[in-house]
Amino acid sequence: MSAVEAAIARANAERGGALIGYLPVGFPTVAESIEAAVAMAENGVDVIELGLPYSDPVMDGPAIQKATQTALSNGFRLQDGFDAVREITSRVSAPVVLMSYWNPIMQYGVDRFADELKAAGGSGIITPDLVSDEAVDWIAASERTGLDRVFLAAPSSSDARLVRAVEASTGFVYAVSTMGITGARSDVDAAAKTLVARLREAGSTSACVGLGISTAEQVREVLTYADGAIVGSVFVSALSTGGVDAVAKTAASLATGTLA
Amino acid sequence: MLKDELGPYFGEFGGRFVPESLIAALDELDAAYNEAKNDPEFAAELAELHASYTGRPSIITEVPRFAEHAGGARIILKREDLNHTGSHKINNVLGQALLARRLGKTRLIAETGAGQHGVATATAAALFGMSCVVYMGEVDTERQALNVARMRLLGAEVIPVTAGSRTLKDAINEGLRDWVANVEDSHYLMGTVAGPHPFPVMVRDFHRVIGDEARKQVLELTGALPTAVAACVGGGSNAMGIFHAFLDDTDVALYGYEAAGEGHLTERHAATLTKGRPGVLHGARSYMLQDDEGQTVESHSISAGLDYPGVGPEHSWLKDIGRANYEPITDAEAMEALRLLSRTEGIIPAIESAHALAGAIKLGKQLGPESVILVNLSGRGDKDMETAAEYFELIDSAEANKAGE
Repeated sequence: MSAVEAAIARANAERGGALIGYLPVGFPTVAESIEAAVAMAENGVDVIELGLPYSDPVMDGPAIQKATQTALSNGFRLQDGFDAVREITSRVSAPVVLMSYWNPIMQYGVDRFADELKAAGGSGIITPDLVSDEAVDWIAASERTGLDRVFLAAPSSSDARLVRAVEASTGFVYAVSTMGITGARSDVDAAAKTLVARLREAGSTSACVGLGISTAEQVREVLTYADGAIVGSVFVSALSTGGVDAVAKTAASLATGTLA
Repeated sequence: MLKDELGPYFGEFGGRFVPESLIAALDELDAAYNEAKNDPEFAAELAELHASYTGRPSIITEVPRFAEHAGGARIILKREDLNHTGSHKINNVLGQALLARRLGKTRLIAETGAGQHGVATATAAALFGMSCVVYMGEVDTERQALNVARMRLLGAEVIPVTAGSRTLKDAINEGLRDWVANVEDSHYLMGTVAGPHPFPVMVRDFHRVIGDEARKQVLELTGALPTAVAACVGGGSNAMGIFHAFLDDTDVALYGYEAAGEGHLTERHAATLTKGRPGVLHGARSYMLQDDEGQTVESHSISAGLDYPGVGPEHSWLKDIGRANYEPITDAEAMEALRLLSRTEGIIPAIESAHALAGAIKLGKQLGPESVILVNLSGRGDKDMETAAEYFELIDSAEANKAGE
């Protein structure tokens, strides 16, 4: 069992489920993004999802777009991502997965990227614009290094594609709660519950729901049927307005939603 | 046969690098397209629209006075500028709008650079009674204000995109985001031969009519196939449309002209095939302009329609197998060709198409007076009058001020 899968399983055994927190590297600075990620883990986040800034983030809504654009304007480099993973994993025990669009990884070299991430102590990669159909190189590199590969599953996915996503993923499957992009929403779509039920039928034992989750109440609701709840934009907003302290408070508040 | 390539891959290029949420919609579109392709009723419907709405077949025009400046080569223009809405874009739009109607979609999403594709999509939406939203980079809404007005007059909602470089690339990102959220009732009407499968193949097929007609017309006029075919390349739809009929005519040279902006040796250009390298952008693997870490680099061109850091995957493949040649044309060369065609032949081309004309001038000098060059005149220049007026200082400032009061 991978570190990510184990952390999610442990959270489900001890509490209502896992809280996965997203923040982009390099926003507002590399140092502050590291402190914020550490603060998430120290305040109840079970798995850290670190986003690598990319020029054309088609899955992201305005809050994350703005943050990653700032990081790029400040000169973000992929090495900053590896450095951040190394420092965060040396300070907290929560596993760290990267979220990255595919082109930066492809340009860096899939094997080289996987090796560096592994050496830095990273646990895997979530690939929002890489479906398993196009992932031959990445599947080989992740098999070789033992990194987790997290593919997305959507409400629109056919049953056959859900089986494929479950079989190709390790660590967890990222269940997209709604047909849309990242960003806080007042309601988590009912489609999420149906999707997770379909993923169970497809054989998933580790399904986490993301997109639109921003309150402890939503976390609690999602964890009644899913193994984990993924929260992103609200952490980014907290970091923009209130710095690392606000991220710590947000994490602590969201974590109350994981108590059964 | 090179003509028979059906995707999703062209050599190592193409594919589907998109969020999982879109895969079902792409599968649905692919299936609908394959069904329609073999349905005589669909073909008849499209042919009827071509004939009675667009004004096809478009004519060819030989331009001897212009050709005097091109080494004496015979130059023949394929007049896509005479289509309804003023460019080749309508060919693809009508095809995809018919497909969208078959799929029961009631809303069209489009991106646009120069506005030609947006205008064509807004036109089809009006014709078919669909709603329409067009994403356009804020920079482009400024330099193509007239087309913004046209789209709004046609009933479309035009949304200026303020993210990133505020041009075509960012408009495509925004269109894809909209599609992810509204895929149930909306069709993303991609305007070029880029994007995830089946767009590159489907858009090419809807533009094949350009080359099919032109090949026959040139044969009738000259008794032989042309020596070379020239077209401008941004995403590459008009070029694929005219190239396709000639792909297996090995004696016919194919030339794609990219926007070199201030020069392909400067940092301000859009010469993707000349200066880029393979990567993934907007759902497909293809050549693209990027930095050493795979971040997309902003492109620059006086022509909004060519101001794009990517290119269709089939062009990348044609370049790599050596079937087509791609060369850069600067802003200055294109503007000079625009003025030359206007002055010598009374035809004002779009700035995009002027890149192909500038290329033909160079090519004619290279190939000599025995050669025949077919140029795709993909659009007319009405939309570019403001840019041209400023570039050539055609309106003196006193009058301009008065007009502005």
